[in-house]
Amino acid sequence: MTIPAISIQALCKNYGPVQALKNINLKIAQGEFFGLLGPNGAGKSTLINTLAGLTRPTSGTLEVMSHNVISDYLAARAHLGVVPQEIVFDPFFSVREALVFQSGYYGLTTNDSWIDELLITLKLTEKANANMRALSGGMKRRVLIAQALVHKPPVVVLDEPTAGVDVELRKSLWRFVNALHNDGHTIVLTTHYLEEAEALCDRIAIIDHGELIALESKRELMRRGLGQKLKVSSNSPLPDVPANLQSKIVNLSSHQLELRLHREHDSVMNILDQLKAAGFQIDDLGVETDSLEDIFVQLTSEQAN
Amino acid sequence: MIGCYTLFRKEMARFGKVWFQTVLSPIVTAMLYLMIFSQILEGRIEVFEGVGYTEFLIPGLLMMTVIQNAFANSSSSLVQSKTLGNLIFILMAPISTLQIFLAYTAAAVARGLMVGLGVLLIGLFYVKVPVHNFGIILLFAICSSAVLGALGIIAGIWADKFDQMAAFQNFIIVPLSFLSGVFYSIHSLQGVWHTLSRFNPFLYMIDGFRYGFFGVSDVPLGTSLTVVFVSLIVLSAVSCWMIHTGYKLRQ
Repeated sequence: MTIPAISIQALCKNYGPVQALKNINLKIAQGEFFGLLGPNGAGKSTLINTLAGLTRPTSGTLEVMSHNVISDYLAARAHLGVVPQEIVFDPFFSVREALVFQSGYYGLTTNDSWIDELLITLKLTEKANANMRALSGGMKRRVLIAQALVHKPPVVVLDEPTAGVDVELRKSLWRFVNALHNDGHTIVLTTHYLEEAEALCDRIAIIDHGELIALESKRELMRRGLGQKLKVSSNSPLPDVPANLQSKIVNLSSHQLELRLHREHDSVMNILDQLKAAGFQIDDLGVETDSLEDIFVQLTSEQAN
Repeated sequence: MIGCYTLFRKEMARFGKVWFQTVLSPIVTAMLYLMIFSQILEGRIEVFEGVGYTEFLIPGLLMMTVIQNAFANSSSSLVQSKTLGNLIFILMAPISTLQIFLAYTAAAVARGLMVGLGVLLIGLFYVKVPVHNFGIILLFAICSSAVLGALGIIAGIWADKFDQMAAFQNFIIVPLSFLSGVFYSIHSLQGVWHTLSRFNPFLYMIDGFRYGFFGVSDVPLGTSLTVVFVSLIVLSAVSCWMIHTGYKLRQ
């Protein structure tokens, strides 16, 4: 049996009376593309920072490739590459200098060919000798990704790497991250763009108020959704909605009705028959499957309640 | 040790990029002190028998510049890295506490010695300073700048913003270095001032360093060596503790 890329057991982190992380238990297998989702302030960055050694856990254990991040921190850090959420850089140095120093911190004296490859892949070659201050926000973000990858870590953590990044760059970053994943890297991603997690991740954890409220494969998580939304519209004013469908109404206007259907208990055809029987003249209809965002909102609002 | 050496090289490159401010500027300041004080006091004061005032002044001025710059190097680097957030590149890297300490301290020593060498070369234009024991000169220069490099690490980690660092520099480092016998012998001080001076560790650094030039000192050499070594051990231990526990570095 292979060792997990990341293993977190009974992790708690308190800031005074505030519990930022509450008994987190999590295992991420090698080669997984793992999504860590949660609203702002949920504890995602705290979790990543404890993994990276920037935050000390109050209790619990964390391991990267079976190396404890406290007692065996040198080995744990050597196996981990973290792209931080905030754009940080050293204003004294150029892009290449930053990458050469970063390589040295990880014990690599000669790393020029891999640095060149990273610069090409991340479209930074032309800026290799430019000072970090002269780069745009998107370029600085790409340098941060290159810095996290200089030592080819088996586990790569990206903490909201696309926050504030334009659509084109976001897409090229995802292509790059996908390629890394295909090369065998374990990827842990936090993002606010849920459609990205939906498109990229194999397994997803949702964290809210410091608690892990879901930890499932993407397919299982999607099945948790209530199912579908049925939208019907009519050119003529809609009659009264049958009483047994009232509880399913999401939106209702004079010409449009939107119903939420349970994936197991409701049949679209059956509902349409009921609407027709009630006098609905349906001119257009649409069925929308719940997205990860719907499930996310549902889970986090359940948690809030 | 590659991580440690890289961090040392990075620190050297950092101050090298702004050498006007970090190397040339303190040399010019020391030169101004030398010009003014030697013009005014040469021939009027004889601190050690047979030693002219400019001759007496040069080792003290040199050591003051060395220790001030050693402190400035590690402290400003750390407080800048903390403020700008780029310290995480070092905190997330597989570099041990001792390696981080050694890298910052060695870079502080290197800058101190570099600036000191510049001041010495300028001083030699004024007067030829004798060398009684080169080993003692080098020992005090290295150990004293290491003490201030370690103190700079402590201050850099402790300070949350630049004005706290400026306060540390202006209210502790500068007064202690000015009142350490750079410009005078502590035997010229009376009563309480003489007693207070004895509690100033910079006095021992400068006095021991000056012994290396003239073979004469205000305080016995053994006492100066002991104070410098004990300061080095204590401050190194404190700064290593701060790095190891992540005090103000890791949440």
